[in-house]
Amino acid sequence: MKHLTEYRDPELAKKVLAEIERTATQPWKIMEVCGGQTHSLVKNGILTVLPSHITMLHGPGCPVCVTPLHLIDKAVHLALEKKVILCSFGDMLRVPGSEKSLLEAKAEGADVRILYSPTEAVNIAKQNPDKEVVFFAVGFETTAPANALSVIHAEKLGLTNYSILNSHVLVPPAITALMEDSESSIDGFLAAGHVCSIMGYWEYFPLVEKYKIPIVVTGFEPLDLLQGILAVVKQLEQGKAEVENQYTRMVKEEGNAAAQQIIKQVYEVSDQMWRGIGTIPESGLRLKPEYQLYDANLKFKIDIVEVPENAECIAGFIMKGIKKPNECVHFGKKCNPQTPLGAPMVSSEGACAAYYNFSKIEI
Amino acid sequence: MSKSLLHLQCPLPKFDFDIITLAHGSGGLLTNKLLESGVFDLLKNDELDKHHDGAILELNGKVAFSTDSFVISPVFFPGGDIGELAVNGTVNDVAMCGAIPKYLSLSFILEEGLPMKEFWEILVSIKYATEKAGVRIVTGDTKVVDKGKGDKIFINTTGIGEMHPQADIALTRVKVGDKIIVSDSIATHGISILSVRQGLEFETTIESDTRNLNDMTLKLLDAFGTQIHLFRDPTRGGVAATLNEIARDAHLGIELNDTHIPVLSQVKAACEILGLDPLYTANEGVFMAIVAPEIAEGVVEILHTFDEAKHAAIIGEVVAEHNGQVLISNAMGGKRVVHMPVGEQLPRIC
Repeated sequence: MKHLTEYRDPELAKKVLAEIERTATQPWKIMEVCGGQTHSLVKNGILTVLPSHITMLHGPGCPVCVTPLHLIDKAVHLALEKKVILCSFGDMLRVPGSEKSLLEAKAEGADVRILYSPTEAVNIAKQNPDKEVVFFAVGFETTAPANALSVIHAEKLGLTNYSILNSHVLVPPAITALMEDSESSIDGFLAAGHVCSIMGYWEYFPLVEKYKIPIVVTGFEPLDLLQGILAVVKQLEQGKAEVENQYTRMVKEEGNAAAQQIIKQVYEVSDQMWRGIGTIPESGLRLKPEYQLYDANLKFKIDIVEVPENAECIAGFIMKGIKKPNECVHFGKKCNPQTPLGAPMVSSEGACAAYYNFSKIEI
Repeated sequence: MSKSLLHLQCPLPKFDFDIITLAHGSGGLLTNKLLESGVFDLLKNDELDKHHDGAILELNGKVAFSTDSFVISPVFFPGGDIGELAVNGTVNDVAMCGAIPKYLSLSFILEEGLPMKEFWEILVSIKYATEKAGVRIVTGDTKVVDKGKGDKIFINTTGIGEMHPQADIALTRVKVGDKIIVSDSIATHGISILSVRQGLEFETTIESDTRNLNDMTLKLLDAFGTQIHLFRDPTRGGVAATLNEIARDAHLGIELNDTHIPVLSQVKAACEILGLDPLYTANEGVFMAIVAPEIAEGVVEILHTFDEAKHAAIIGEVVAEHNGQVLISNAMGGKRVVHMPVGEQLPRIC
């Protein structure tokens, strides 16, 4: 725990805060891309102690939130109708599909299992040769290597009863889409430390060049975040637009070569639908043709009628940083963790959940 | 006590079957055999020896009465098993009323196919847990359900205790200015169960803290009597759920200090990895006391004399503001609401 308490030192935090205050001479809008960072900002009360002219915009970096609605419906269908053992990370279970969530499907008798690692799902497939096992493989670049590895393991073991329901998204194309959006007003980015621990930050050089915005790779602890914000503010005040790495204890420029190699072996880049945002070109990963045997989308014939999103949910605006969760008329009223209108209210990285769970707010 | 020692002292009696069958719950010969050669002998006491439909008990004054059912999976976990849990859970509920737990009922719902050896191990745990807590099993029941209709073993226990003469424990006695004390590190039980249920392996085993708490509560009542306003054991839903219930029902606010809440470092690390909040994680061997401010330090001092309450601490206080809400302040000086949990905590993606 030593490395955690160090990065939560309140005295040091106050010093960095004071420096942010001294440095920022004008209003700046900074987006933290990752939902984990949003939660840390809110949970640690950083949003309430930042100078009022520094605005944090909460980005789309919540894998659960951007997983398309029809894919959740597919997972529910596979679990209930096709009687598969549906394995998933815990976050996905409460996310509402068009009719029901996986948690509700489980209550109706579906075999839905919460796992920490996709390779556990491969073990379940091995132990249950007469059952189909599907892993709901969602996430950013962070979870992609483990999901890819599960496919490689399944292949090595010769398993024919394992497949993944895949929805993988990539950060750099999302930053591009945000910068191209006419409503966007982002001055700088905190890049997600975990994603960069896999991918490095070489992908960001063309982005700072093109859009003239600072991007600072940032960790998740209070001091990480404050240092990241300070670095962005310094660059903005000096008229710079560079890639900087605050999270040096975890991130190298080139990233984790072995993990990237595994991603490359199994996946190829594809256009991807982001829930609430729309399709972003070349922003996702799909299984390569040689691994399509493991694609649950192709393996099972699933006839799902695509249902439009709940019009009352403004998740798209929230994930693009255009609106804050508490600016939604339904926040904390019609939409709450028991009866969510959209995914950001129930995902552990969702901005609405962060505001609901941790803010000192009157609801 | 280690399991091997238990076996040494209580060898498995000779049964005709290696596993529980439906006939063991039929009320006929096999039920009788199971009870005569096993349960009655092991849990022997004057009341149980009468083999009557119910127990006739002697009690003085006001009586506290509580019941609980135990359906935990897995039934054996690091630091305990369902039998120990079933005794301690009900003993603790009675103790939280400010009572001296005396008698327990014990009902089993067994799933066909349960290995007799496991049933015996659970019984032995029950025996030692009752001895440690100073209570007697005086009546009980055994039913067997078809394979697939249970989960090895379900246990219900009901407990009766005599009220401590100086106890005046009630939600209505909680006042502004009262201090909130936890008797030991929180979240240990919940993380221990999760680690075996999910097949997680940590470098160190996290053992459940299941234990009886009546020795501690009674010592506190002896020392401070009516200055103790409330006892609660924050089991399911953790400290967060219990404090939210208190704030809501007492129409008062509660403020906690994050840095004062004791959590074992390995439990804290597991929570960080899994994305869980210790405040929402289940406890078994921990209770909360809400007490008059002038005795708070004294309560902690007495608790520290118990091996099982070495991390007891004052974690917050009752306030007049934000009626019905629990707030927590952190080291950074920020404050946030601690909500009532919605359902079970679900581990996060990354």
